[in-house]
Amino acid sequence: MTPLLRMTNVQKAFGDNHVLKGIDLDVAKGEMVCLIGASGSGKSTLLRTINLLEPIDDGEILLDGVDISEPGLDPQPVRKRIGLVFQSYNLFPHMSATDNVMLAPRRLKGLSKAELEAPVTTLFERFGLADRMGHYPDQLSGGQQQRVAIIRALAMQPEVLLFDEITSALDPELVAEVLDVLRAVRAEGITMIFATHEMGFARELADKVCFLDRGRILEAGTPDQLFDAPKEERTRQFLSQVL
Amino acid sequence: MTETIKPPAPQGKRAAYEAALRKRSMRIAALSTLAVVAAIVILVPLAPGWEAVKRSFFNGGVFAKTFPGLLNAFLLDIAIFAWSLPLIALLGLAVAICRDIQRPALYPLRLFATIYTDVFRGLPVILVIYLIGFGIPGLGLPRPWNSPYIWGSLALILVYAAYVAEVIRSGIESIHKSQRSAALSLGLTTSDTMRFVILPQALRNVVPANMNLVVALQKDVALLSFVGPVEIFRQAGVYKSLYANFTPYVGAALIFLAITIPATRYADYLMHKRRRLEQ
Repeated sequence: MTPLLRMTNVQKAFGDNHVLKGIDLDVAKGEMVCLIGASGSGKSTLLRTINLLEPIDDGEILLDGVDISEPGLDPQPVRKRIGLVFQSYNLFPHMSATDNVMLAPRRLKGLSKAELEAPVTTLFERFGLADRMGHYPDQLSGGQQQRVAIIRALAMQPEVLLFDEITSALDPELVAEVLDVLRAVRAEGITMIFATHEMGFARELADKVCFLDRGRILEAGTPDQLFDAPKEERTRQFLSQVL
Repeated sequence: MTETIKPPAPQGKRAAYEAALRKRSMRIAALSTLAVVAAIVILVPLAPGWEAVKRSFFNGGVFAKTFPGLLNAFLLDIAIFAWSLPLIALLGLAVAICRDIQRPALYPLRLFATIYTDVFRGLPVILVIYLIGFGIPGLGLPRPWNSPYIWGSLALILVYAAYVAEVIRSGIESIHKSQRSAALSLGLTTSDTMRFVILPQALRNVVPANMNLVVALQKDVALLSFVGPVEIFRQAGVYKSLYANFTPYVGAALIFLAITIPATRYADYLMHKRRRLEQ
């Protein structure tokens, strides 16, 4: 079976800074892949290349067998199928939580506010934010903002969801509420790629864990393999520092 | 929701001490102001030319006779201001957006917008008013297209739109690029990203700066008097010749201040509020 997403020898440099040095990664439909690794190892850049926010310098990114890294390709249809949630939430501060969520479906799927009312309300309810729908981002806690950002990405019903260290900017007590949401999303079987420092969470939910080191996937495997029996010395070093 | 707990205020002797401090600084401020005002009131009339100045600039009789006429002429200033302002806003916005265009096919727009802002910000307002206000009617256009109202206003519009465009562009650039990333990552087009995400935030950020331009525009309307319209400044000049007295200019100044001071204060207030919100 062909994977939903396949990256082959993906290269990316910012000037002299060679961030991705040949990434090979297969993600099957419904799979959850966790990317772990030190800051600066290329996790964020990797996710941004999949969402086409960063054009790659070499290699291929196939979505359903179609090369989405093709130069000159319109990124818009691809981005509709691949959602991205950011570390710093990036909610639109001048819109209420509901309007943040509705903007993309209204503009891209031509749905009216009335048509979106019911499904969006359901999403807010599921994530425990029913009483926050009319609030503006600055009236919400970090954890609430991040949950709204996840709802915003989900509202487009993407096939793949990318999460870029979405709990790194949160206070420890707020991390749990966001991770709870992710468990719920996980249960729906959406394909997810998750850059994270939450090793416990990666272990609990991931089908596959990839250890990124200096722009390469140094080691990949099931959580048990990678956390309990890492083959590479650098993986061991990294894990001993974070666990 | 978080419960709001009242922050503690100074109590007892601390409160008394702070109240005494406040009272003392207020007393000092009042006294020194009083001293300065008294000095002006006592010293200025001692100047040898004071009587002559008083007669020609602060003449009550002339003031009473000309003030209603000045007010009436000021309505024209307001009218010019009122029809110029929306056009300035539209043109300024359009130019600002053109300067942000990334698409190569539309590069000419971007180039023209850049040249436009450079030229009109680089010229004195009065020069533009002369060139357009006298130059275009000089083409011998038929009525009403030779009206100095139209071309004088156009000069103001062109100059102020250039400033407004720069202000808006700085507002656009002040929006963090993560907002653009977030919008694009959802699949929004670049124009939707601009329209729904970037511009609404940018315009809100530059309201105070634009308010300052509005105040400046309100004053610069008087410059149109040089190409014809008998607005308040021109009218004051007519009265000056009629009564051989400068008091009408003082009257005109008072009328301008009655509008511009509240407007400036309001702009300051907006800026202050903005800064508080950003903290």
